[in-house]
Amino acid sequence: MIFLCQTVAWQVPDFTTGVRSLANCAANRQGCKGEAIMSHRQARRHAISRRRFIAGSAATSALTFPGVVRGQAKAIKVGLIHPVTGFVAYSGQQSRIGAAMAIEDVNKAGGIKAMGGAPLEALLGDSQSKVEVGVSEVEKMNEAGVAAYIGCFQSPVGIAASQAAAKYNTPFIIDVGASDLIVSRGLKNVFRLKPGFGRCAEDAIVALGEINTAAGSPAKSAVLVHESGEFGTGTAKLLAGKLPSIGIEAKELIAHDNPTRNMDNVALRIRGIRPDILIMSNYVNEYTLLARTLHQQKVDVIAMFSVLGGGFNYKLVKDLPEVAENMMDYNHWFNPKSGRAQDLKKRVQAAGGLFTFEVYLTYNSVMLLADALERAKTADKDRLIEALTTSTWATDIVPYGPTKFVNGQNEGGRAAGLQVQKGDIQVVHPAQFASASAVFPKPKYN
Amino acid sequence: MLTPEILFAGVINGLMAGGIYVLVAVGLTLIYGVLHIVNFAHGSLLMLAMYSVFFLWRKPLGLDPYVSLPFVTAGAFAFGYLLYRSLIGHFSHGKDENILLITLGLSIIIDNATLFFFTGDTQTIDVAYAGHMISLGPAVVALPKLVSFGAALLICLLLGLFMTRTDMGKAIRAVAKERQGARLVGIDVEGVMAISYGIGIACLGAAACLLMPTFYVSPTSGHAFVLIAFTIVALGGMGSFKGALLGGLIIGVVESIGGLWLGEQLGQIGIPLVFILILLLRPTGLFGAAR
Amino acid sequence: MTRRGLTLTGLSVLVLIAYPWVFSSNYAINLGFLVLFAAYLGQTWNIAGGFAGQTSFGHVVFFGVGAYVSTILQTAYGVNPWIAWLFAALGGALLGWIVGVLSYRAGLKGAYFALITLAVAEVGRIVANSVPITKGGLGILLQADPRPANFQFRDPVWFYYIVLALCLLSLLTAWQLTRTRFGARLAAIRENEDAAQALGIDSLREKVKCLTLSGGLCGAGGTVYVQKYLYIDPSIAFGVDKSVEMLLVSMIGGAGTVLGPLIGSGLLHVVGEVTRDLGNMLPGVSNAQPLSLIVYGALLIAIVAWLPDGLMGLFRKRRKEARRA
Repeated sequence: MIFLCQTVAWQVPDFTTGVRSLANCAANRQGCKGEAIMSHRQARRHAISRRRFIAGSAATSALTFPGVVRGQAKAIKVGLIHPVTGFVAYSGQQSRIGAAMAIEDVNKAGGIKAMGGAPLEALLGDSQSKVEVGVSEVEKMNEAGVAAYIGCFQSPVGIAASQAAAKYNTPFIIDVGASDLIVSRGLKNVFRLKPGFGRCAEDAIVALGEINTAAGSPAKSAVLVHESGEFGTGTAKLLAGKLPSIGIEAKELIAHDNPTRNMDNVALRIRGIRPDILIMSNYVNEYTLLARTLHQQKVDVIAMFSVLGGGFNYKLVKDLPEVAENMMDYNHWFNPKSGRAQDLKKRVQAAGGLFTFEVYLTYNSVMLLADALERAKTADKDRLIEALTTSTWATDIVPYGPTKFVNGQNEGGRAAGLQVQKGDIQVVHPAQFASASAVFPKPKYN
Repeated sequence: MLTPEILFAGVINGLMAGGIYVLVAVGLTLIYGVLHIVNFAHGSLLMLAMYSVFFLWRKPLGLDPYVSLPFVTAGAFAFGYLLYRSLIGHFSHGKDENILLITLGLSIIIDNATLFFFTGDTQTIDVAYAGHMISLGPAVVALPKLVSFGAALLICLLLGLFMTRTDMGKAIRAVAKERQGARLVGIDVEGVMAISYGIGIACLGAAACLLMPTFYVSPTSGHAFVLIAFTIVALGGMGSFKGALLGGLIIGVVESIGGLWLGEQLGQIGIPLVFILILLLRPTGLFGAAR
Repeated sequence: MTRRGLTLTGLSVLVLIAYPWVFSSNYAINLGFLVLFAAYLGQTWNIAGGFAGQTSFGHVVFFGVGAYVSTILQTAYGVNPWIAWLFAALGGALLGWIVGVLSYRAGLKGAYFALITLAVAEVGRIVANSVPITKGGLGILLQADPRPANFQFRDPVWFYYIVLALCLLSLLTAWQLTRTRFGARLAAIRENEDAAQALGIDSLREKVKCLTLSGGLCGAGGTVYVQKYLYIDPSIAFGVDKSVEMLLVSMIGGAGTVLGPLIGSGLLHVVGEVTRDLGNMLPGVSNAQPLSLIVYGALLIAIVAWLPDGLMGLFRKRRKEARRA
């Protein structure tokens, strides 16, 4: 209930920038020529900003890390905004790792060749899980002249931050953020590479339907347990609506709070209803608690099928192997058949980390941007947005088709059906990316 | 939907959950009853205790939580005692709100220090017996929950005996009833208060050991228990053990049945509502002394 | 206030008005907004908590109610945002009145009052999560349509000035509390309620008036937040963070003083910035935010323990000593 860790985190005006702007302002009294459409104030600020931008980037390029700047090409700044502190610090940091790896790879391969080998330069921002701070970072990075933003892991922050970036017409690539509200605002600068929960829900239904059919359709009923926030509620409603189309009846939707002290009653209700499938959409703590409780109470189901399950990851498999065994999830994953994906995985693991979805989703976002820069041949905002809108970038790291943005949402993206088998996570759907076939129904407890 | 079997099982579940709540509330009510301190840091201290159970369980020590129970409880006592002596004791004589604010500040510090050193990752312990289920008619209860229920009752009993039969217990009750008078008869009031605080935190240590087999720990996991602990203390009467015991079980059952009836989300509203109603209608609670 | 105090305050106000002209980047203006907004909310808390001594732990509930009232009126009923703003303030005031009447009639004070406000905020959060009109956990998105008539502005400097105006309004209100009989009665209640009642003060009525005023102003703040960030959900609207923020800002600056929340907000921002830089400097430290929060917790303890009148109290002490010398 009390989330004190997310309290208060403030920043103070950047006084040095302010002083410099004061000096510029004094020197630049005639900066309003040709800006008749803007108000006088706005024009002055615009002029000052541009001057400061030039002054700033000159300083920055003098300070960029050695070996990264090649020749005369000016670095292209990419703003990364993630919650690296607070509650979901782990996810924020994983996102940063993915982005850093991608930027490193792009630069090692020679930068953006169409722009004279210009390297990418990351500007790091901490959203601290708060909407206000995320927006503040957008403003700060705009002063520094970013060409594009990538962020913000959490949907509310992503919504507000991309809205703020829209003021400047700066492209904003959403790396992680499930809410479909993100791409429903008609903003031309917002791009989401990964599928939203609407699309994931639809694909999950198809997957479940096919897996069920392949096993002789033993599953006829389901209970959905979801967290009461926007992610859980939205996903569960969508799924419940579509389950009948694959011959499964959604018997009940059980919403629970974050945090939840115990799942005994949820387990009790599930035992009472005796569904064939249990579908969960919640965050890691409640996901784990529910899975453990059901495992402890030996509740038999044909499958535990989560959709965007927050706790389905390598940590669960490592910490609670018996609970995790045979659990299924429909989630963002890498393509196990891709050599590049396996290489990335090895790289992350060699550094002592886990290859979680935040890593490769952010990696892809950077690559998407790099490809757009190549095609646009410039970091000019209008042209870059145009390049992103018409992008057909494809990668084999994730099981996506070629990119196709419709209203900012990539229609080519998809999640995959996963299952924990013998202590490892396998892709079991769709067939072309599968590394194993589904164990369905899962073995009973006795 | 709410068949008698489900109701019965719901009540059993509620009682089991209530067992843990009782332990958390007993410490809180003791601290309030004796020290007149509303210990807002209770949840954070519970979380610290849970982390110690986790670290003791991890290799290389590998201690089962029931084995580490005496150590964690003793450690919690020591920590509480020292905390009182060094910080809280200096401010326990002022206005009610002040000490509430100080314990608030303390909880902010503890939560964020934990976040800083241990990161926000959730940690669980996996013990073999966590999966043993016991059937009680139509209800099915996990062994650790039954153990925690029994242990909570036992600890309450022991505490009750301690309070009535031992000299220290009597001294504590004297200080709770009449501080100046206790001082006049030669009781080391400051020492007694520090010990009382320590005992209150020791209860959290025990609660942590009993909770970990079925729950998890993260820097904010203690907070899930704070408001509910306050509700129980208010319901039972600030300072009453009997009240904390009864209140804890009642709240556990109310929460459980509320969840079954109104749905897990809206059912949660029962707890703050009960709290508000008690404060408005019967602030002294079931067994509390009139103030 | 002394003439010196008045001149200082007047100068500060001028500085705040001039701020966006000097530090004119959107980033700086945005930050100014955050400082002033925190100061404003803190001042609304201060009216009840500082001036009347009614420490509340759940003040965010007024903010949340205000935010949801204006947002729902706009999105579901097409009410003009400026008018919805009025209703938000009224909603906050109404809730303040209800909570005041119920709690004070039952004789709740001190820690009991603080806890009941916490429980009320929690009820608010659960309700917001559960009822369809708030769209539950999905939250409500305001369609971006930046026109002044729509209470949305393309240029963030407008929000800065709106919040500055609100902040000044709250400062004036607080100042009035130091000069009027109403304020004097509240101070009497704060210092010793029984004695105040013995003097014939109807403490119930005064406290309820105070909480109503506080709730109304706080609710107005809720609307401004949603108009700027265009999104609200139960955890933003009713999360304990904001309650603690309001409390911290006032206590550290000086509860019961006029300028306290403003100074408190400024200081906490500086602390936040310094600890973040510190965090960046320490090798291997990737999470600096907990550090700043640890400092806040320590500051809160220090202030309650040694400077119960906050920073303003420190200034006053120095001034008294200077006069004596």
